[in-house]
Amino acid sequence: MNTSLVMFLVFIAVTLGITYWASRRSAGAAAYFAASRQIKGWQNGVAVAGDYMSAASFLGIAGIIAFQGYDGFLYSVGWLVAYLTVLLVIAEPLRNAGKYTMADVLAYRLKPRPVRGMASLSTLTVSTFYMIAQMVGAGALVHLLLGDKVSFNQSVIGVGILMIVYVVFGGMLATTWVQIIKAILLMAGTFLLSILVMSHFHFSFAQFFGAISQVTYHDAKGAVVVKDFLTPGLRYKPPYGPLDLISLGLALVFGTAGLPHILVRFYTVPDAKTARHSVVWAMVLIGSFYIMTTFLGFGAATIVGPDFIKGHGGTNMSAPLLAQALAGNIFFAFISAIAFATILAVVAGLTISATTSFSHDFWTNVVHNGVERKPGEEVLVARISAFVVGAVAIGIAIVLGPTANVAFLVALAFAVAASANLPVIVLSIFWRRFNTAGAVTGLAVGLLASIGLILVSPSMMAIDPPTVTGTARHLIQAKALFPLENPGILSIPLGFIGAIIGTLLSSEPSSQEKYNELLVRSNTGLGAEKATAH
Amino acid sequence: MANAARNLEVVKPVDAPESRSVWDRIAASKEFQDLMATKKTFIVPAFIFFVAYYFALPVLVGYAPALMNTKVFGLVNLAYLFALSQFFVAWIIAGLYVKAANNFDRLAKDILDKADDNKGGK
Repeated sequence: MNTSLVMFLVFIAVTLGITYWASRRSAGAAAYFAASRQIKGWQNGVAVAGDYMSAASFLGIAGIIAFQGYDGFLYSVGWLVAYLTVLLVIAEPLRNAGKYTMADVLAYRLKPRPVRGMASLSTLTVSTFYMIAQMVGAGALVHLLLGDKVSFNQSVIGVGILMIVYVVFGGMLATTWVQIIKAILLMAGTFLLSILVMSHFHFSFAQFFGAISQVTYHDAKGAVVVKDFLTPGLRYKPPYGPLDLISLGLALVFGTAGLPHILVRFYTVPDAKTARHSVVWAMVLIGSFYIMTTFLGFGAATIVGPDFIKGHGGTNMSAPLLAQALAGNIFFAFISAIAFATILAVVAGLTISATTSFSHDFWTNVVHNGVERKPGEEVLVARISAFVVGAVAIGIAIVLGPTANVAFLVALAFAVAASANLPVIVLSIFWRRFNTAGAVTGLAVGLLASIGLILVSPSMMAIDPPTVTGTARHLIQAKALFPLENPGILSIPLGFIGAIIGTLLSSEPSSQEKYNELLVRSNTGLGAEKATAH
Repeated sequence: MANAARNLEVVKPVDAPESRSVWDRIAASKEFQDLMATKKTFIVPAFIFFVAYYFALPVLVGYAPALMNTKVFGLVNLAYLFALSQFFVAWIIAGLYVKAANNFDRLAKDILDKADDNKGGK
């Protein structure tokens, strides 16, 4: 276990070094919020991949496959395919027409104050919910990985303080490099683990799939079960399973292109062409990673076995336990350190997107009408809000505690991104008639529909046995009103309908006049924000 | 809709008529119309294809599980191969887009060069 701690400390030392280096180079808003727009295409691609491959992907998907086989792998597919929406529809127009946030694109031809206010609210909702889920996960995980030496609360505080330091002092430049290092470590660790799994099966796919076809474990009643883990339907069972899977797919395909912490990354590169190349880099990495979840997940199911994992920390420990079974404690420590790096990097990425939106959209443009009263105020406000966001996230995570039922927060973040953010971005770029009332109603309806449907979904409503206590219990002890865990199939159309009806019910000639400007800018890059010198 | 917008522009006074007309002029130019048409020809079918191909997976797995459980190579079933194919299809579409986008860049560059010339002439 001490080896894990040493590796954690090495990672912390390296990233703090980067933060110090970045803090000496960061001067001015473009430097702080967008790393001076000088990040190279491949670097940004690696960072986008890093932002996306959270601990939920690395540990979570390996765990789902280890316990529910093929259906877990089905999960993996949507995460890559979703990037085609980013590539074909969003990345280049956003880079061409925006400055720091997605609201910049909306504010071009719509009334800036109401639109930025709503967009900022939606961004903060997505980022903070996602972050709380990561923090609770982080606390439980660090505690599990390091053993009893570090408590849940100490882990949460430690992760929170580090993320605040990265963002407050290092800005986007430090956050990007932390993300790059983490993504490279994650890819290397996953690749090594995959090779070790195959060497366990003497590099024979016949042997590997043979083992997958007869995974043996004990079910809840204690009976021995032998299952073919390549059979679909172990997780998504009828009647609602297939529909939930389609709904999840919709949330991924439309939500990824609306995730604020992914969108801000496209402002860190010099131009739209580089943004395009960075998406392609990200797709190569993300795709390879999710294909390798086959080896991680099925490897854990066959080599370690669901019974052993259940007794040693549960589903999330599948990948680290697989490492331990294959190559001993040093490799366990290495994989644990990668998981730790993943959590830290992702919470830092979420924090910077939340604070950018708060200071740029809300503080400067809504509260002060687009005027920065003193030079450097926007960056100062961002630093203060990073501190506040971090402190609030630490507080909430500690109150909720390690066993809290937080999985729905990630589903919620994707649902809001898909139902509120994406419809208004798309309509703003592609529909001449679109206007401020449409954007505000679209954002509000998408946000409320997502939150409302999740509140009455099985994630929040269920009848727990009395053995489940405290925050692990479902919030509402009754049968769920909405049968799906993922609301996308209903909330995404509602978001679009809200935006369209809001538009049709009002008239705003100025938004139509300025449409040509947005159209030309977003498609040609004329007048786009340029990279700045250090 | 486009006509209605143009009518409104005439009626409503604008803050900076000169800069406004520059955008409108570019938007109406043949080069820009060509760029938009070229983009549409690639992006719309590519988008429809990937969405259809992707959602075929959960639909088939969810509603035709027996078919998807057909073994193709040894113990490997259709469901796994179809899921795996999604990765390669996504990569191929991304590759084709990058190729097509080089053409968009060329068309956009002509528009940018022209816009720069106009600025220089003022």
